Amino acid sequence: MSMILAIASREFRSLFLSPMAWTILAVLQFILAFLFLTQVEAFTSLQPKLASIEGAPGLTDIIVPPLFGNAGIILLLVTPLLTMRLICEERRNKTLSLLLSAPVSNIDIILGKYLGLLGLMLLIIALITLMPLSLLSGAELDFGKLFANILALLLLVTAFTAIGLFMSCVAGHPTVAAMGAFGMLLLLWILDWSAGMNDQRSELLEYLSILRHFQNIQSGLISSADLSYFVLFTATFITLSIRSLDNDRLQK
Amino acid sequence: MTALIEAEHLTRYYGKHCAVNDVSFALAKGEVLGFLGANGAGKTTTMQMLCGNLAPSAGQIKINGFDLLDQPKAAKLSLGYLPDTPPLYKELTVQEFLLYCARLHGIAKNSIPDSIKRAQERCGLTEVADRLIANLSKGFQQRIGIAQAILHNPEVIVLDEPTVGLDPIQIREIRALIRELGQDHGVILSTHRLTEVQESCSHVQIIDQGQLILNETVAGLNRQMDTGTLQVLTRLPSDINKLSAIPGVNSIESISANRIRIHHSVTANPAEHIAEQIIAAGWGLQELTPVKRSMEDIFISLTKEHREL
Repeated sequence: MSMILAIASREFRSLFLSPMAWTILAVLQFILAFLFLTQVEAFTSLQPKLASIEGAPGLTDIIVPPLFGNAGIILLLVTPLLTMRLICEERRNKTLSLLLSAPVSNIDIILGKYLGLLGLMLLIIALITLMPLSLLSGAELDFGKLFANILALLLLVTAFTAIGLFMSCVAGHPTVAAMGAFGMLLLLWILDWSAGMNDQRSELLEYLSILRHFQNIQSGLISSADLSYFVLFTATFITLSIRSLDNDRLQK
Repeated sequence: MTALIEAEHLTRYYGKHCAVNDVSFALAKGEVLGFLGANGAGKTTTMQMLCGNLAPSAGQIKINGFDLLDQPKAAKLSLGYLPDTPPLYKELTVQEFLLYCARLHGIAKNSIPDSIKRAQERCGLTEVADRLIANLSKGFQQRIGIAQAILHNPEVIVLDEPTVGLDPIQIREIRALIRELGQDHGVILSTHRLTEVQESCSHVQIIDQGQLILNETVAGLNRQMDTGTLQVLTRLPSDINKLSAIPGVNSIESISANRIRIHHSVTANPAEHIAEQIIAAGWGLQELTPVKRSMEDIFISLTKEHREL
């Protein structure tokens, strides 16, 4: 366990030793803050009308889901850039042999790498959460809904990171890893677009679509089906990553 | 005494190409084993297999009594490895990097500062401890690689070409360090430089085209080098047939009319008989010199023999 933490903490700190993490945090924060302000603006203009409607959506409904939804899309673009280096670059720089000859198992290596990057993801989510929380100074929030959105985004990034990690294990070059991860994520994201068309509904595609599960949780409906989808998804790609690293020793 | 490393019938294929073919050897405490071979002979592949970076296609490796495949963690605890490219995170300082390595190798928290300090002193890194690895010269980077391998005081130290990129003074220091380490550890050292083996190793193995063709102590190899060939100069041409009849003489080649070269067996040195014969026949002995074979000669002749087989 201490080995996992050692690997994870080095991974996390290394991210901040290059401009990468800082740039991504800054850009994300800037774009999402802009979107957040647009949403707040929309709410203030709608407020008079909303007051007259019975059971109208509240402040949290109008501001939080779009903010977290947009964050999900932007993270879909950003995560591959963060994950591409995880294993791939170690292999290219020949630093992987340090880990392979140390008394750590491949499971430790993969989990350490995964948790290290997840640390940055948690930081990103925390920064995003601060935006709606800032409204508390002048308004009330529906904390249940906010929590559901945080959970949805959290599960989403665990799945994104797992795919990215796997691609980084498989690919020979970081750019290839980033492209592969991005392609897979985008495909999973748009998979149920065809389900929107009339007589073309496919139960399977609908189940596989990551967007569907994300939106279900986001709406406040936390069902075990959606939770288990993300858990299975993440576990599958982490297992595949471990297998792929095992494979490294067998052939080259 | 149990061997620190036992490698049995190691074989490794890359696709259809056989890089290492049925290599077996053992390493005991207090030995420094030099692993010699030309480029592409299979040195690095063998090293990688010993350190668990590469699974052998067949064969078994035991480190300090633990099987590398069945108990990898226990086996790797007693292993320090410097690959052919030192595995360095260039964005870290020397101190940070060694701290990370110490944690990876499971050194107890309270003894980490001491082990880092000792490794830095041994490898001459104390002055650069707070500098970024990326900004250091290749020689320093190589030394950090060695520091990383000896940091946790492992029983077995595997060094893949440790003196590459170092200046002559540093090479001398590293060789001294290797000899020192060899006293209470087992060290395996791969190199293609023969002088290095002569200077710092107690045992030598030569690998060529994936096969082990020599496994000898350095003292034994030195013995081989002292004998073997005599160069003889006479005033009058000598009768080669008569000299060939002397026991111990394997073959004679004539270089010029008066100068011959006599190859003889290692065990029975015929120099005395040759001198008596020449003087008795009145050919006028002018010179009788043993030709010392350098390690290079032995290496080249061994690999040549092996390839002709």
